[in-house]
Amino acid sequence: MEPILFMLFGAIAVGGAIMVVTRKHPMASALYLILTLFSVAALFVLRQAHFLAAIQVIVYAGAIVVLFIFVIMLINVPENRLPVERATVMRLLGVIAAGLLILETALLARRFAMPAAPAADSGSVQAVGRALFTDYLLAFEITSVLLLAAVIGAITLAKKKI
Amino acid sequence: MANFLSTIQFSDPYFSVLLLLAIALVMSVGFVFLSQALGPKRYDRVKYSVYECGVDPFTPASVRVSVKFYLVALLFILFDLEAAFLYPWAVLYRELGLFGLVEMGIFILILLAGLIYAWKKGALEWQ
Repeated sequence: MEPILFMLFGAIAVGGAIMVVTRKHPMASALYLILTLFSVAALFVLRQAHFLAAIQVIVYAGAIVVLFIFVIMLINVPENRLPVERATVMRLLGVIAAGLLILETALLARRFAMPAAPAADSGSVQAVGRALFTDYLLAFEITSVLLLAAVIGAITLAKKKI
Repeated sequence: MANFLSTIQFSDPYFSVLLLLAIALVMSVGFVFLSQALGPKRYDRVKYSVYECGVDPFTPASVRVSVKFYLVALLFILFDLEAAFLYPWAVLYRELGLFGLVEMGIFILILLAGLIYAWKKGALEWQ
């Protein structure tokens, strides 16, 4: 069952990512990005990273895409004024380069054995919490300082008059 | 096929998530398809005009959204991340005891300074 689910969600993630870069309207791209991020969360579940999967859905597919959508609505380019993208030689070369990169990655990946499946609850909320409150305690506390800096930065940037 | 079906673990908590996803997909795609296939289509200029409580709309629907929403969304993400860090602590609350409470207290206090800053600078007000 797991290899099938891996291929299913992997295909959805890649397909969604292709749709993100090919859609004309940025709002459609943002909605396809949710699909991709959600599929990546499913891939995390298959690697037993349960906490990361939940955070992926709550923070990335939820909050961060909401921010993207706000930015699209702030800029609000009318549909008839969206830039028209033409097929140029540079674009064609870009597609060829991307194809070569995928081929190269596939050939290199064949040289390595599949990594062993991680232990069943190695990525559970309990396991992550235990690591967070023992080995990574300092990093955890410093994260709050990082978030504080982000709060102050956001207010300074977005407010006209402080 | 029987071999494949035997690998499905029905007791797995994610099985219900997968089932919910499948039902949601079938229902949402199915209803759009059914209304396309079965619904009568009678085109009418009035029927396809913008509906705004029965009054003719006097401004275009696509207005530029205020930048104030952006600040609210940005602050939401930051405090959402703070909440995300609360889950592992809450699950391990009894195991960590006083040590966890103090550590989480420091974490929340530092972020509380951010909340007070946002409050004092009027970032939470709509002006």
